[in-house]
Amino acid sequence: MGKTLYDKLWDAHVVDTRDDGTSLLYIDRQLLHEVTSPQAFEGLRIAGRKPWRIAANLATPDHNVPTSAAERTQGINGIADPVSKIQVQTLDDNCNEFGVMQFAMGDQRQGIVHVVGPEQGATLPGMTVVCGDSHTATHGAFAALAHGIGTSEVEHVLATQCLLQRKMKNMLVQVNGKVGPGITGKDIVLHVIGVIGTAGGNGCAIEFAGEAIRDLSMEGRMSVCNMAIEAGARVGLVAVDEKTIDYLKDRPFAPKAEQWQQAVDYWRTLVSDADAQFDKVVEINASDIEPQVSWGTSPEMVVPVSGKVPALAQAKSDVQRKDWQRAYEYMGLAPEQSIESIQLDRVFIGSCTNSRIEDIRAAAAVAKGRKVASSVKQAMVVPGSGLVKAQAEAEGLHEVLLEAGFEWREPGCSMCLAMNADRLGAGEHCASTSNRNFEGRQGFGGRTHLVSPAMAAAAAIAGHFVDVRTMVEEA
Amino acid sequence: MKAFTVEQGIVAPMDRANIDTDMIIPKQFLKSIKRTGFGPNLFDELRYLDVGQPGMDNSKRPLNESFVLNQPRYQGASVLLARENFGCGSSREHAPWALDDYGFRAVIAPSFADIFYNNCFKNGLLPIVLDDAIVDQLFSEVAATEGYQLTVDLSEQVVVTPGEERFAFEVDAFRKHCLLNGLDDIGLTLQEADKIKNYEQQRKAVTPWLFADV
Repeated sequence: MGKTLYDKLWDAHVVDTRDDGTSLLYIDRQLLHEVTSPQAFEGLRIAGRKPWRIAANLATPDHNVPTSAAERTQGINGIADPVSKIQVQTLDDNCNEFGVMQFAMGDQRQGIVHVVGPEQGATLPGMTVVCGDSHTATHGAFAALAHGIGTSEVEHVLATQCLLQRKMKNMLVQVNGKVGPGITGKDIVLHVIGVIGTAGGNGCAIEFAGEAIRDLSMEGRMSVCNMAIEAGARVGLVAVDEKTIDYLKDRPFAPKAEQWQQAVDYWRTLVSDADAQFDKVVEINASDIEPQVSWGTSPEMVVPVSGKVPALAQAKSDVQRKDWQRAYEYMGLAPEQSIESIQLDRVFIGSCTNSRIEDIRAAAAVAKGRKVASSVKQAMVVPGSGLVKAQAEAEGLHEVLLEAGFEWREPGCSMCLAMNADRLGAGEHCASTSNRNFEGRQGFGGRTHLVSPAMAAAAAIAGHFVDVRTMVEEA
Repeated sequence: MKAFTVEQGIVAPMDRANIDTDMIIPKQFLKSIKRTGFGPNLFDELRYLDVGQPGMDNSKRPLNESFVLNQPRYQGASVLLARENFGCGSSREHAPWALDDYGFRAVIAPSFADIFYNNCFKNGLLPIVLDDAIVDQLFSEVAATEGYQLTVDLSEQVVVTPGEERFAFEVDAFRKHCLLNGLDDIGLTLQEADKIKNYEQQRKAVTPWLFADV
């Protein structure tokens, strides 16, 4: 019987399998950031343990870093919040003490860990990649077996270069046919989550396949895999093709010279076999997908922009009915209210889901020659890394955005989770290109609506949600 | 890690699905570089009426009296009862740290998010999956009886009600062994150091670029 891509990646990394079916899995790359690593380093120190292979680790601060240029010019000392400052300083100290490669504040390569890894070629097909962050699923776009782990596991990987794992189930999400113009990877993945639910992928590694996925750029595929976790799956995967290989060529940590060809030959095998068996298969028609907007407090509470907040009668169970009632109240929305009637207070374009060059280009294309609505208090664009920022500036995108009334910030996680100063006020509605619309996620009482970068830019211009395809046609 | 053998304790019911880790411990508390002290901020946004920040004196903050953990009948609870997909979202281990620091030893739900489920076992906290119908029954019994307690016996893999009903649950043999004995799994993995080294040598011969230094 054939193997799935996940089977192949798994088999290539098993060091040992125990009687009860748990395996010791070898980890090729660990990415570290300031929030989930301090206790892991502390654990090593207390136990007197040495890292197993320190050169397999790459660190960068992202969650806490300020995004205002004024604070950033002074490096760590410029962080106004004293608690955030200690955490970023602790990462810096740990990297120095243990000899971890770090892209520190002030280094142009600093950025959101899930943007930085692929950008540097530190994420490669066929690798196992872990990070103390659930959005590590992002790296699966490169046919790497990548998933988020807790801090105890970060310590375990530092000390042993291995992780104790039980093999997940194989799930295939096949997106057939082509998406219409203006439909992005973000819309595809939000639609999928709407169909299968936030627990739809629990216990599974999801492989995204089909023509609509093949048509996506690597950036688009990263957006899709990034949100596998919002469908409950720790792992999202896309098979290797020419786009994968082209993206990686000449990246700083990609193999060079004769190893490049050797690697490429191996990477081309990283696809599911034609006769591979999946435990679960979901088929989606790409042509059904419209621009998506989340209305509630879970990513599965999502509808097309032309749609309405669902009525209670549409709920599938008592538990869901209660969830929806709570969500109406928290979001300040009425059942059957049209999505286009939702007025926005703030707009956030950024996060590990949507802060890559293609995302900034999409936002700028909508913003060009237009102005942010006066009713919108703030519309911010936060590039995913210093290199994305530099690229966007080389293309003049920052000028287009600034001219339209957007703020152009320094790289970091920013308002996706509001650990720094970028956050929503209570009751404020935000069109956000991030990945979670949980209660309080972007600030206490804040109301998040998940959308693509083009949809967020369109909402900033209109002051309310609008189908971006109508604006692009106008232009 | 502390061992888990048998726990008998008061059950606190949280009747909602998809309780996410942002809800369990909001992001502003993740700035700590310690593993302890998160208990007073467990479910912070639901538990208090004001906006919590690190360093506040939590004993002086206004409580949301209707929240389950603030009700007198659930004081001292050590078993949390919830609905499906408990612990979804962020991988933050601060979530099980906060539950543990508050005093919970076990969480019962029809399903758990994978990363949270895994993180629990690293911290002596036992996540227990029971069928929807059983969870429904437990919610009814908790509501009906003040001071309702359950007994969780890990070695027998059973939850026992005050009426002596016994509900069996599944747990991986290795995780059970570690939890029963309070074993640190790094030490156990390092006993297999030779196997890890062998793997590295074989793999280096086939895919040498994976071993390049960053």
